[in-house]
Amino acid sequence: MRRVAGIDVGGTFTDLLLTEAEPGGPLRVRLAKVPTTVRNQAGGVIAAIEAAGVAPADLGLVIHGTTATTNAVLERKTARVGLVTTAGFRDVLELGRRTRPKPYGLFGTFEPLIPRELRREVPERVMADGRVHTPLDEAALRAAVLALREAGCEALVIHFLHAYANPAHELRAGEIAREIWPNAYVTLGHALLSEFREYERGTTASVNAAVQPILDRYIRRLQDELRAQGFSRDLLVMNGNGGTVPAGRVVEAAAKTVMSGPASGVMAAAATLAQSGLSNAITYDMGGTSTDVALIAGGVPEVSAELTLAYGLPVHLPMVDVHTVGAGGGSIASVDRAGMLRVGPESAGSEPGPIGYGRGGTRPTITDANLVLGRLDPERLTAVRAGVSLDAIRAAFDRDLAGPLGLSVEEAAAAVIRLGTVHMSGAIRMVSLSRGYDPRDFVLFAFGGAGPLHAVALARELGIPEVLVPARPGLTNALGCLVADLRQDRVNTLNRPLDGLDMAELHSVLEAQAADALSVVEEERAEIEATTLTYGADMQFRGQTHLIRVAIPSPDIDRATLQALFEAAYFRRFQVRLPEIRAVVVNLVTSVIGRRRTLPLAALLDPDARTDFDGARLGTRALHADGRWHEAAVYARERLPEGARVEGPAVIQQLDATTVVEPGAVASVDPIGNLRIRV
Amino acid sequence: MSAIDPLTLAVIQAGLQQVCNEMDIAFSRSAFSPVIAEADDRSDGIYDRETGALVAQGEYGLPVFVGTMQHSTGELIRLIREGQAGAPEPGDVYIVNDPYLGGTHLMDVRFARPVFVDGELFCWLQNTGHWPDIGGSVPGGFSAHATEVEQEGLRLPPVKLFKRGEMDREIFAIICSNIRVADQRIGDIKAQAAALAVGESRLGDLLAKYGRTTLDRAIAEIRARSADRMRAEIRGIPDGTYRSEAFVDSDGVVDEPLRIALDLTKAGDSLTFDFSGSSPPCRGPMNSVWATTLSSVYLAVKHVFPDMPINAGTFAPLVVHRPEGTFLDARYPRPVSGCAAEVSQRIAESVFLALVQAIPDRVTAAPAGTSGNFALGGFDPERNAPFVMYQITGGGYGGNAHHDGLSNGCSTIGISKTAPVEVMEQYYPVLFRRFALREGSGGAGAHRGGFGVHYEVELLRGEARASFVMDHGRFGPPGVRGGADGAPNVVRIHRGAETLTPLHLSKDQNIAIRAGDRVEIMTPGGGGYGDPGGRDPALVERDVARGYYRADEAERLWGRRG
Repeated sequence: MRRVAGIDVGGTFTDLLLTEAEPGGPLRVRLAKVPTTVRNQAGGVIAAIEAAGVAPADLGLVIHGTTATTNAVLERKTARVGLVTTAGFRDVLELGRRTRPKPYGLFGTFEPLIPRELRREVPERVMADGRVHTPLDEAALRAAVLALREAGCEALVIHFLHAYANPAHELRAGEIAREIWPNAYVTLGHALLSEFREYERGTTASVNAAVQPILDRYIRRLQDELRAQGFSRDLLVMNGNGGTVPAGRVVEAAAKTVMSGPASGVMAAAATLAQSGLSNAITYDMGGTSTDVALIAGGVPEVSAELTLAYGLPVHLPMVDVHTVGAGGGSIASVDRAGMLRVGPESAGSEPGPIGYGRGGTRPTITDANLVLGRLDPERLTAVRAGVSLDAIRAAFDRDLAGPLGLSVEEAAAAVIRLGTVHMSGAIRMVSLSRGYDPRDFVLFAFGGAGPLHAVALARELGIPEVLVPARPGLTNALGCLVADLRQDRVNTLNRPLDGLDMAELHSVLEAQAADALSVVEEERAEIEATTLTYGADMQFRGQTHLIRVAIPSPDIDRATLQALFEAAYFRRFQVRLPEIRAVVVNLVTSVIGRRRTLPLAALLDPDARTDFDGARLGTRALHADGRWHEAAVYARERLPEGARVEGPAVIQQLDATTVVEPGAVASVDPIGNLRIRV
Repeated sequence: MSAIDPLTLAVIQAGLQQVCNEMDIAFSRSAFSPVIAEADDRSDGIYDRETGALVAQGEYGLPVFVGTMQHSTGELIRLIREGQAGAPEPGDVYIVNDPYLGGTHLMDVRFARPVFVDGELFCWLQNTGHWPDIGGSVPGGFSAHATEVEQEGLRLPPVKLFKRGEMDREIFAIICSNIRVADQRIGDIKAQAAALAVGESRLGDLLAKYGRTTLDRAIAEIRARSADRMRAEIRGIPDGTYRSEAFVDSDGVVDEPLRIALDLTKAGDSLTFDFSGSSPPCRGPMNSVWATTLSSVYLAVKHVFPDMPINAGTFAPLVVHRPEGTFLDARYPRPVSGCAAEVSQRIAESVFLALVQAIPDRVTAAPAGTSGNFALGGFDPERNAPFVMYQITGGGYGGNAHHDGLSNGCSTIGISKTAPVEVMEQYYPVLFRRFALREGSGGAGAHRGGFGVHYEVELLRGEARASFVMDHGRFGPPGVRGGADGAPNVVRIHRGAETLTPLHLSKDQNIAIRAGDRVEIMTPGGGGYGDPGGRDPALVERDVARGYYRADEAERLWGRRG
């Protein structure tokens, strides 16, 4: 029996999806959802394995997604890091790019991850073309490294200007540092990210160093605890690029695990689309405080290297291009001083949370509006602490919204949902469709606790004709672990006009990137069915600063083809042609993907339970939609058979999510168990 | 007219905002000028067909344009009525950069597109983009010595650059013959026009959904309600007259400070701004046109009440008397290149300094308040090509009731990012000797000001000329409620053992620079807030440990050793 477990640690829950099969036999699925153990996430991981009814010793492979690094950075609970940098530039990390937190308002502060007293300068200077202007002062370097060690630093960043053009000083400094201070946590700026822009590269390096010790301790502890219970096989860890790396290699580029949770959700979506015969989707993962959105076009999730983790914290590593919108079930509704209804940006978060959670929340939220309208069943809220009566919620709506607006409580609640949907659709458009895509070519892939609740209304607002709710919307990130491929990305900066570029150099850079990335992926040969290499170039017209990613079909591409591909990509994005201006190749990128065996997703729902449409019908409940109350049919998702057809208004419930089929919409169950809703 | 329901109103408001935001993003992402693409020195909005009044404007637009574009549209409508500009037809795009027609300086070029529904004009879309050059005596347009607008560059009245969707090649040729680096302008022109097309298409979706009647009614209602909301905010300010002043170092030609004098009177639910005691018009380019003066007041108020929506209603309760006869109401041919970047920030500063007396929890001490324009133009012998480099840098924000000021914050009229040193050195024959936090520059206070930037650039080869348009060189950004002023701006040229300082401290042009010479700039720190004696001793100690202040400095400023 071979068992493979995908385990994702989220903010509230640790989710597990496990497949098991005898050689040649059918695939079975086990799942578990247990509370996340915040102090030591390993506890929740072990608990999830036990909750699934197996022991660590029974597992052949574990693929793990962790929020340890993301949380550490966001909560500023990072390791003490020292920085050695070029003389004259120690404040680069503190000055940033002269921004302020918001366009209007002069309040707000920023603290870099490495405080000023731990940032040391050494004489050295490389110029933009890679020539050495001032040689590295090795004595000064030794003194700086020793001083930082004495100051109690655990990790070290070496970040020199223009090291992407000539890394010799960083490499030599790294050698010396390790010699006088043997330390596994030394990050060389160029090694992680060989791109220009000193603030972004330096911050990315400091994020890496700041989470290395934390990730290292966590992974060791997890491995120790798993081993103690007899687990002796491979552990793969999710990266933010949507791929996995062997546990032994994950710490050297620890920053790449940042945002890996949202990335796994998108990878699960891509796998689901592929098995559903679809290729374009907007993924929509709505939670309590925020919503993650990504675009999948042509079956492939977009990857970008421009993530900003928080104000002043760019992490410019290739990551699945997930955008976080600051609106969720906890977004607060209010009436402003001009009598205008507002939803967000204020949020009740998860503490105190919506009124309906019974944790002390007193202001109406989107989640509360769902309760008022019968879209959510108060009995089934997993986050509820002390039961709050619907009357209390209705009273709050009456006091804060319905009264001032001259509406009924139901009308006010419906208005909150509607305005929340409008804001959400605007935010989604900005990061996806407004980049030149036609919504009619997409499906809205809804998951997370609240995604399926709003998806139909949202799709209507966006002009997207179909909603897809996967079989296990609440376990999507764990599914992402289970289906994720091994992946390594490499990026190098060229920044030269295409018409003057030595194409042989372009070819050799791509080939070198491929060889380097392949060597890492092939360490897990046993897990891989096939290896795919993809190449690309970040390009622009000369004089621009923004970049467009152009897929390169083969590393020996010729000049004219690359020019044509770039022009086509630019036209699709901006509807502008610019034959007057030269194209520039800024970065070359190579991704090596070690494809793992395909997981048949139909196995996610137990086929034995899904036999009988009538048996899936649980009864009816009062649901407010389109301005009136309906007696809506309620169905059990796990028992809906393939081909079942549900007309709105209806509610489809399952353990981890509630889907609302609005009046006029029709849901059906496809062969692999997805709900497909024509809106 | 029956009342429009509150939900439709809120939904349409969000929809109009969305149209503008999508125009902003489309414009920046496809623009060539780094000033637009990287620094977001642009704005897009929707304007009333009859009056040009602001319907909605992008949240990511440059703040200084918050109040100018409705004036610009209003002037265009007037000129069309008077027959001085052609009547609008579908697909037309007008171009205009005349500062006296509702503008800022000549570099800010406005495009306006009429939107028609069933053959009738429904509204105007307009955007402004800062072009990297518009001709004139100095590359980039910031001539510190100009005495009439003709020296500042090409001035365009509203003309149709696109007629029924087709670009007029003749007008285009005239423009290109009058500006520097013209070869990239076609890219910006296409980007700027395409952004308006994006707006028209998205607005079309809203029109299709709600119809023009409902949209018209909603727009009127949103404007009325925004005015109500602004009035409600104003009622929260104690009644009284609050006086403040702010000084521009000099006009660049005559070395005397220019004074902005503000009497801000709050009575009931209106705020009245009286600048009539300000200095008369000046010879140099530090005059402000009326639209920019007004916009500076608006953006300052929006910084204090950041949640207010951007439309004409929000600003209706703000009564700004036109300060005729002062340098804040410049008429042709007064030079104006400094108004959008510098004078505007002094005006905003006077508003902050008046309001902080009334609502001390909601306003900060003075921020650095200069855009720090430094232009270096020359010839690179290694590349055998001319170059023009701009460096704009932030400064410290003011301390406030809640915390210390931010370091290296963007100008209050901007939202842009600094170009990385690694980018500057790739494109231009320069080497930065340092790019550092300016130690000691934050004004002392219970909450100190944020720090300015201290940088030094060396010319590596060839020859060049340096120009500066900065401010706060004579006086630092004021502290408030007992806080000390932030450090003033400093410009120095190092040539061998010699060090030169511009006569006007923060403004000069065409200073000859040779290979090996260095330009050193220190931007202002923010003003301090509150009595320094009230500062948490642990923070003084931390600041000394970090090297923000020397121990002796800390003792002098805060009366205790770090």
